[in-house]
Amino acid sequence: MPMGSDPMERVVKLASESAIVIFSVSSCCMCHAVKRLFCGMGVNPTVYELDQDPRGKDMERALMRLLGNPQAVPVVFIGGKLIGSMDRVMASHINGTLVPLLKEAGALWL
Amino acid sequence: MQSFKAATPTNPDMFCHSSFFLRGDDCNGRNQARFSDLGELDHPAAAFHHDDAVDLSPSSIFSLKSSNVGVVATGLHYGALNTSIGATEIVSTGTGCLDTGQFMYQKGTTFGASLGNGHIENWGESGLADNSQQTDTSTDVDTDDKNQLHGVQHGAIITVDSVDQSKTKTGDQKILRRLAQNREAARKSRLRKKAYVQQLENSRLRLTQLEQELQKARQQGMFIASGLSAEHGHSIGNGALAFGVDYARWLDEHQRLINDLRSAVNSHMGDNELRILVDAVMAHYDEIYRLKSIATKADVFHMLSGMWKTPAERCFMWLGGYRSSEFLKILGNHLEPLTDQQLMGICNLQQSSQQAEDALSQGMEALQQSLVDTLSSACLGPTGSGNVADYMGQMAIAMGKLATLENFLHQADLLRQQTLQQLHRILTTRQAARALLVINDYTSRLRALSSLWLARPRN
Repeated sequence: MPMGSDPMERVVKLASESAIVIFSVSSCCMCHAVKRLFCGMGVNPTVYELDQDPRGKDMERALMRLLGNPQAVPVVFIGGKLIGSMDRVMASHINGTLVPLLKEAGALWL
Repeated sequence: MQSFKAATPTNPDMFCHSSFFLRGDDCNGRNQARFSDLGELDHPAAAFHHDDAVDLSPSSIFSLKSSNVGVVATGLHYGALNTSIGATEIVSTGTGCLDTGQFMYQKGTTFGASLGNGHIENWGESGLADNSQQTDTSTDVDTDDKNQLHGVQHGAIITVDSVDQSKTKTGDQKILRRLAQNREAARKSRLRKKAYVQQLENSRLRLTQLEQELQKARQQGMFIASGLSAEHGHSIGNGALAFGVDYARWLDEHQRLINDLRSAVNSHMGDNELRILVDAVMAHYDEIYRLKSIATKADVFHMLSGMWKTPAERCFMWLGGYRSSEFLKILGNHLEPLTDQQLMGICNLQQSSQQAEDALSQGMEALQQSLVDTLSSACLGPTGSGNVADYMGQMAIAMGKLATLENFLHQADLLRQQTLQQLHRILTTRQAARALLVINDYTSRLRALSSLWLARPRN
């Protein structure tokens, strides 16, 4: 990948490569919770630990700007579309919109 | 309880409380005995008036019959106390003093014992028995035709001399002596009254204090009584206290809304009106989440500890509140009949709330583990090999981890709020009303259980 590429572009690119993508930081406990949530639903998400990525810092900053939140992670993309942080993920799960989205993206069968 | 002003009577000759002061003109206008009568006493012409008494009626009015001492004593009513004392001729004993030895204030009965030919009064439970109870107005007694009315706070007092008799008979000396005794007795009586009123005031203040303490203790469980464990004397914070007050108020309002809802359901109210009541309860739930959000930012440990809940509630608490999945299980069969779509919706809700709770619980476990790792890291070993910089560094990391606690608590509350809202979406108005009542019944029983447990007799 070219060195000068826009971190946001990289985020978007990575997000569209899998049905469900989680950007995380390995020491973040809320990230752990969101991962557990998807695993509990029988979903296998693709996780990018930004603290283990050379460009992770830039991507974190880009995500902060995107979300308008100092808490960049966890952030979830489904079918390439931004879902949001833990609160949005949980809200959509409770109101019943998460599962259809997952099925549509091919992340969940049954 | 009425708050009496223990004021010194302005007219030292009148034995009466300033607010129950009988106006001289009214007094003098009386020619006959007045009987205590609530209605009459409340009448402005009764010349007794008091500040803010609700149940109390002014008291005694004495009037002297023209050439006699006729005194009508009426008792002050305390609350529902009705006292009436028949007018009696008050006649002095041999010395012209009235022996008031037996006046005790008795509830619900006409009080006052009759002494000889007359009697009166009394004075609260202090049992002012004073043999030489007299008003100073005995000085006024000299005028035969004058009617004296004396008001007293609690009871009637007094008596008067049969002046005309003494005048002619015994001579000035006896009169003067008696007058002096009267004054003395009246003075003592005033002092006793003052002391009594002071006592009442103090009791009233104490009562208010106790009520406030009780309320605080109720909100915070036995927080105050059980002491503060890890806090080393650091008292309960402002955020925590403020939330305690807010929560208590919220609970009262919630109970009121639930009662309205319950009577609406029982009276088979129409759906449109019922919906308004259900929406009111739902909006009120939003309010508690708003308050919790503020309180969590102020004092996350207090909110997590659940000290603001009753002990039994606290025991079954999850991440600063109730478990949504538990509530859904409780609702179980109470929602029938359900359509297929509703049934599916409820099942999905139960499953998703359970999954969300599990995820947050695992996140919390990870947090705790991470804290343990940080606080027990090698550089902080007992050999003291770690240096201060390392220590401070580790502490900073630990502090950062603790900050995520707020986020977890916040997510848990969001989960609870959203589950409730989704339930409201799935159910019909009537079903939602029933659901809210069932949930309320459960939580209030849990709270009652706490009280019973705390009050259980121990060997």
